[in-house]
Amino acid sequence: MKRFAALLAAALLMTGCGGGASTSTPEPSESSSPVASAAGTEDVIVFAAASLNKAFPEIAPAKYSFDGSSGLVDQLQGGAPADVFASADKKNMDRAVSEGLIEGEPVLFATNYLGLVTPADNPGEITGFDSSLDGKKLVICAADVPCGAATLKVAEANGLTLNPVSEESKVTDVLGKVTAGEADAGLVYATDAASAGDKVKVFDIPGAEDDPNTYWIASVKGAPHAEGATEFITLVTEPDGAATLAKYGFGPATTE
Amino acid sequence: MNRYPRWAWLPFVGGLALLAVPILGMLTRVPWGRLPELLISPRSLEALRLSLFTCLISTGIVLILGVPTALVLARSRGAWTTAARTLVTVPMVLPPVVAGLALLVTFGRRGLIGAPLSQVGIEIGFTTAAVILAQSFVSLPFLVVSLEGALRASGGEYERVAGNLGASPSRVFWKVTLPIAGPALASGTALAFARSLGEFGATLTFAGSLQGTTRTLPLEIYLLRESDSELALALSLVLIVVAILIVGLATRLRAWGEYV
Repeated sequence: MKRFAALLAAALLMTGCGGGASTSTPEPSESSSPVASAAGTEDVIVFAAASLNKAFPEIAPAKYSFDGSSGLVDQLQGGAPADVFASADKKNMDRAVSEGLIEGEPVLFATNYLGLVTPADNPGEITGFDSSLDGKKLVICAADVPCGAATLKVAEANGLTLNPVSEESKVTDVLGKVTAGEADAGLVYATDAASAGDKVKVFDIPGAEDDPNTYWIASVKGAPHAEGATEFITLVTEPDGAATLAKYGFGPATTE
Repeated sequence: MNRYPRWAWLPFVGGLALLAVPILGMLTRVPWGRLPELLISPRSLEALRLSLFTCLISTGIVLILGVPTALVLARSRGAWTTAARTLVTVPMVLPPVVAGLALLVTFGRRGLIGAPLSQVGIEIGFTTAAVILAQSFVSLPFLVVSLEGALRASGGEYERVAGNLGASPSRVFWKVTLPIAGPALASGTALAFARSLGEFGATLTFAGSLQGTTRTLPLEIYLLRESDSELALALSLVLIVVAILIVGLATRLRAWGEYV
């Protein structure tokens, strides 16, 4: 019996390495009253990219589940109940559309582009996205994730070869290493830089604004709260919504 | 033989299913046909090599520090022992991210110990040493706790006898204490190794993730999930196989130890 216990314990430990983001998938509430004319958004289930976790709740109350866009598509595919899907890139929205998970046309509602951040005191004496990064502790996103792919693009556009000390799977982990002062510099999105406030110094990356990440929003097919979903999308795309998004560092929904 | 109520079988089957079904489920999704080609890719081999290398070293560190720690705890009495025992157990129940943060604010280059080290040119962050440090931190308690229990249960009678017969304390330790605790030592070591192998959160928070330097198997799997889920599953299989091998080996050692 002891042996068995040890085996189980070890098996648990091995598998207990766990993922990062916790997602609570809210239950759809059964309030399908047909007279809900002024559709509130309180009951609307919104699956949104993790970077929207501050801006969205400020725009409208709803039941939120924030996670990486690709993980959210996986959950939708698995039949998770949701009304609205907001993706941090076109690729994952396209995937959701081709999987038949989306109702109607997705709408572009915000953009986000990369910037260079250093700790506030800039210990590596970085002067910008240039050769001052050589030999410094640079942290970027891994090429496997969207922000890493974008990083490679801007590096190429600027004729730079990056030699990072770490390639993280999440842009927030890049930011964390910079704000902790562990890294000399990191490439993060404007929204991440904005969220760090005066803990970081921000440098613009030439050309980054021309090729931004695009944020798309759409209703989910078979949404339990279809009306509320439309209402939510309207709130996000209206000027008030856009202003809130801008406050958190997002760019305008103009570029394709 | 033990007698137990028959109803115990029902939760037993439930418990077993809870643990085994997800693993079996994963096995059905592993791309068996492409497995060899996936596993010999440089990414897989580097992650596996780094994982085994760091786990061997951290398990070595854990043994060197943990065995005497368990002995001292098992043979001491008083309030301080309780305090020390609690302290030793804490990393076991800490969420890995918290462990990583604790290491970061201590050994990071702005940390309590990291800052002076950085002054003399030693920086641990983003190095393989950081991975080993994180693994040792999270796995040491497993060895200490499992070994201490066994040492206390064995009570120290044989040690007293050996001591009375004139053996020095060190000789008693090597010739009496360790052999008696052999089975517990084997399973404790396996647990510590397994914990190191599965270590994820603290490494990600503290050491970063760079192929060949800090990106161990769990970190590689976590990253691959985003881009190549087949390779992620293939590497998960490797992790499970290594785990089964380790636990199997520990079980063998235990059985052998119980005969001696």
